[in-house]
Amino acid sequence: MAQEPGRALIVGAGLAALRGAEALRAAGFSGPLTIVGDEPHPPYDRPPLSKHVLTGAIPADATTLPGVGGLAADWQLGSAALRLDRQARMVGLADGRTLPYDRLLIATGTRARPWPNPHEGRLAGVFTLRGRDDAAALRQALAAGPKHVLVIGGGFIGCEVASLCRQLGLPVTLVEPGPTPLARVLGRTVGAFIGAIHEGHGVALRCGSEVEWLEAEDGRLTRAHLVDGSSLATDVAVVALGAVRNTEWLDGAGLSADSGGVDCDARGHVLDTEGRPDPHIAAAGDVARFPHPIYDGRRVALEHWSHAVAQGIHAGRLLAGAEPESPYDALPTFWSTQGDLVVKSAGLTEGADAVAITQGDPAAGRFVALYGRAGRCIAAVSVDSARWLPAHAELIAARAPFPPRGAATDRPNGVAIFEPGFA
Amino acid sequence: MSAPADVSSGPPPGLRVSVDLNLCQAYAQCCYAAPRHFRIEGHEALFYDPAPAVQDRDAIERARVACPVQAIRVEEPERTA
Ligand SMILES: Cc1cc2nc3c(=O)[nH]c(=O)nc-3n(C[C@H](O)[C@H](O)[C@H](O)COP(=O)(O)OP(=O)(O)OC[C@H]3O[C@@H](n4cnc5c(N)ncnc54)[C@H](O)[C@@H]3O)c2cc1C
Ligand code: SF4
Repeated sequence: MAQEPGRALIVGAGLAALRGAEALRAAGFSGPLTIVGDEPHPPYDRPPLSKHVLTGAIPADATTLPGVGGLAADWQLGSAALRLDRQARMVGLADGRTLPYDRLLIATGTRARPWPNPHEGRLAGVFTLRGRDDAAALRQALAAGPKHVLVIGGGFIGCEVASLCRQLGLPVTLVEPGPTPLARVLGRTVGAFIGAIHEGHGVALRCGSEVEWLEAEDGRLTRAHLVDGSSLATDVAVVALGAVRNTEWLDGAGLSADSGGVDCDARGHVLDTEGRPDPHIAAAGDVARFPHPIYDGRRVALEHWSHAVAQGIHAGRLLAGAEPESPYDALPTFWSTQGDLVVKSAGLTEGADAVAITQGDPAAGRFVALYGRAGRCIAAVSVDSARWLPAHAELIAARAPFPPRGAATDRPNGVAIFEPGFA
Repeated sequence: MSAPADVSSGPPPGLRVSVDLNLCQAYAQCCYAAPRHFRIEGHEALFYDPAPAVQDRDAIERARVACPVQAIRVEEPERTA
């Protein structure tokens, strides 16, 4: 590195921050490194929170990530960053302190979208799930043996919570405004296949339906009222309405940022409101929105574990001055464990105009669905069929013609092609 | 350089384990190597213990090296300053 090391600062002490910090050090950065996080905990792993922490198989505080102990860094935990001053190159904290930087990594992630009525959202028995403390609180409520659990929202986290309630033997209803669970991300066709598997395990699905308000007695949730006028008695409600990006602390910094993320260029530097990169600042993980080379440079913000790792490493190297020769272009990949069922995906389904079942049989609960757009493969989803996914991922990375021919499919006489069912 | 609060104080930390479940193909080699810490649930859902005790390090290390796709990452507590 030719330049002076200067000071490095990372805001947000999550997965992307930790892997970015490691990469910064591995690329030779030897100056002082400070990591600021608003949670009191060192970086921990979130995927187990909505799975084995809720079943009670592991405690919430067992999730600290490997890599924390081996990192030479000054940890400032329990302090939120409140503002960024790019002219003075410093970050102001909630406790009034300011931290200077020469290299800054923005990795503040997302938070759970709260229940729209704040009073109802605070009732005993109403939960959201993002952090380790949320998971510990919800675990306690599930272990107490509630009479009924209501899951509001049929995205990945909603499906995970609903299916593990059945593993725990708890009656559970999943209310989802869309036509099927997971319809927004996977489309109606594949969403219906997965919904049927959960129904088979006893999840009561109420799709095309919405919770209007929550009723309480003495501050405790007792009943949920739906927009169609019906209601159901429930003592626990899990609000799983997706995530909001933590970008408010960037207000006034002159960066191109909003509730959909902070914009980066292809290399990973953040962009100002004029679209100019700031060479001192990079962003990574759930909070970053960037042009994806595989998808014609469309700006995307991903909420995927592997993306937080890969983009964190990319950004760490970038800030260390170890110029990555190519733009960040990792193929998006994701997994979700729903009860015992494993749903995995590669690529992005957005804009799909067709979906083919290339392996297995949805009726048997194990299959691979391949999504196409304008005659090219863009994404694949496996359900309890993960070993077929890598071959499909190759088709997507190569933008192979859709429908596919040859090795990745066990249907020599052609595959069944469906309307994917995006709204 | 200071360590995070709940690493420097409290009970001595154990091992830290994470598995990249995108890489994992559920071939279960880790489960044979360390059956108390790794198991397959259903067809291909891997359960792993993210915080095994230090005494189990040999089994965990066997599991780590057995994984054909190197999906398992382990940190030893000695490295915690
Ligand atoms: C319950 C749950 C289950 C999941 N399961 C899966 C899964 O099965 N598969 C998968 O691929 N992905 C899964 N994910 C997504 C994955 O965990 C995320 O993509 C990943 O955690 C993103 O890492 P990150 O570092 O970008 O953000 P985060 O992990 O959110 O870390 C950001 C940190 O910054 C902190 N912060 C925010 N604002 C400030 C501020 N102003 N000042 C200081 N600190 C701040 C936050 O509190 C947080 O600690 C799951 C997520 C959750 C919540
Ligand atoms: S050995 Fe590796 S790939 Fe196989 S189940 Fe274990 S973690 Fe997964």
